[in-house]
Amino acid sequence: MTILLCWTAGGLVAISVYLMLSRQLMCWLFGIVILTSTVNLVIFIAGRLQTANPPFVPAHLLVPSQPVANPLPQALILTAIVISFGLLAFTLVLVRKVWQGFNTLDSDNLRLAEPVSRGYHGEETH
Amino acid sequence: MLPLLPVFICLMTAILQCFFWFLPLGKKILHITAAFFLLAAVIWVYYSTLGNHYLILQMGNYPAPFGITFVIDKLSAIMLLVTAFMGLSVALYSLVDRDLIRHSTIFYPTYWFLLAGICGGFSTGDLFNLYVWFEIMLISSFILMTLSDYKIQLDGTLKYVVLNLIATILMLSAIAMLYGITGTLNMAAMSAKLLEINASNLIVSAAALLCLAFAIKAAVFPLFFWLPASYHTTSVSASAIFAAMLTKVGVYALIRVFTLLFIKESYFLHPLMLGAAGLTMLTGVLGAAAQHNLRRILSFHIISQIGYMLMGLAIFTPLAMTATLFFMIHNIIVKTNLFLISGIVRRVKGSFNITRLGGILQNAPFLSFLFFISAFSLAGSPPLSGFWGKLFLLKAAFVQSHFFLAAIALSVSFLTLYSMTKIWHQVFWKAETENGHYGIKPLRLAEKIFMFSPVVLLIILTLYLSFSPQFLFQASNQASIELFNPQNYISAILRSGS
Repeated sequence: MTILLCWTAGGLVAISVYLMLSRQLMCWLFGIVILTSTVNLVIFIAGRLQTANPPFVPAHLLVPSQPVANPLPQALILTAIVISFGLLAFTLVLVRKVWQGFNTLDSDNLRLAEPVSRGYHGEETH
Repeated sequence: MLPLLPVFICLMTAILQCFFWFLPLGKKILHITAAFFLLAAVIWVYYSTLGNHYLILQMGNYPAPFGITFVIDKLSAIMLLVTAFMGLSVALYSLVDRDLIRHSTIFYPTYWFLLAGICGGFSTGDLFNLYVWFEIMLISSFILMTLSDYKIQLDGTLKYVVLNLIATILMLSAIAMLYGITGTLNMAAMSAKLLEINASNLIVSAAALLCLAFAIKAAVFPLFFWLPASYHTTSVSASAIFAAMLTKVGVYALIRVFTLLFIKESYFLHPLMLGAAGLTMLTGVLGAAAQHNLRRILSFHIISQIGYMLMGLAIFTPLAMTATLFFMIHNIIVKTNLFLISGIVRRVKGSFNITRLGGILQNAPFLSFLFFISAFSLAGSPPLSGFWGKLFLLKAAFVQSHFFLAAIALSVSFLTLYSMTKIWHQVFWKAETENGHYGIKPLRLAEKIFMFSPVVLLIILTLYLSFSPQFLFQASNQASIELFNPQNYISAILRSGS
């Protein structure tokens, strides 16, 4: 199971890298979406997979009697999901604003901040 | 509770700012008061770490490797101190920043969330918690960067967002790998585990990922492209606080992981760092030579100076580390000041383009004097603070026979001087050009007070470091000695609370 998940994570990273290399910002954004989810999967694998019981200790024992699942990765993944959701929401709005302002999402055409022509008066900021 | 105090003040201020949403004056008073409170609290924290103390707080009283640990050692304390000074200076300037007039409602709370992220990053002893503070810093900086009325900042922000998002994802996956290897997220416990474990390949790949992530944050050589694309597009206040702290948080994180986690992997990482340091210095300063926008020149110089800090880190002797810390503090102060001065120049002359500027020396000699001190301190002219930083760095390089790197550092210093002379000549010294404005626009009294007071404060700090460098030198020396004895740090954290 672990091996299968590892290969899945590797495949997803490959897909997201391919998407992120695109000049189109929407493709890049989907690449980021896939990559954040893949990293969550990686955290899950890093906490070791167990076909096990929930991490509860019976009242009369000090340690659990059977192997139990690791609760920490779930907390980490939950945090990471919330954070990446916020960042992705911001990025989506930003990409939309860029589309409205520049009428293109091709990153080669977005050169306002770093103009190509290096004219002597060509770099006025505002 | 002391280690939590700086973060607590920042977060409380950010929340209180939201209650003053429709009271502009109340927001401003709160903004300034909080900045002074933060400074006072951080000075208290700093003096508590003198001697051989670590300030340690275990959240929720969980014993060390299980909960989140807040720990402030001497390095964190120095960084917090300089953060509070920069927070105060930029807070003063932001009161009269014209770019922010229509956006001040959002600027003030977000500014305090940004400072909370920075202070949290400096105070935490837990790797995943560090990631969370980085994200708080990141989302606040995204918002601050988009706060002005120009279309250009959309383009700049986009490039900033693209590379920094990838950096945080890399950082998270590296943390996941380290957690998988060691089974803990507490940096002290992780350090102890990493020394025992004999799986060098695995650790090296995690180390490479983590260093890649921090190197993007710190704008190291092949990964710096987001910085000169974005810093000149935003408001002056935002660019000043970004220039002061954001890249340096990356350098701080690199120092932390190099001295604490990846001690055994140094054979692999240090040669890589040495090369990156030299190339970062060179590309930064050469990039600056081709620019005509005042803030773009300064942005490229940030990259160049990150190279100096990396150089000290890569040489990795106590002297080199002392020099890196000294240089970092000096650079934060001077660089913030230069960004603030560029804002004043834009306010009085209406442009950032150095070919259109000119004649400020005749019209505003005091402003020119302030720029002169900062610029030549940045370039490393002898009596000023930059000279001491570079002197210690070069000495460390020569002692370890890194002659080639020292030669690069020296020539980059000359090129920095060239760049500063270019600004001095074009903006201040040269007669006014016909396509620029004649004379200077008058400043209102409030603008005079709040624009010049932070600059003068930072100039005083620069001059203090120039003529009495021993205070900072000793502080950084003690911090670097602590960094080179990580076992004290580890045992202090693992002992406390258990």
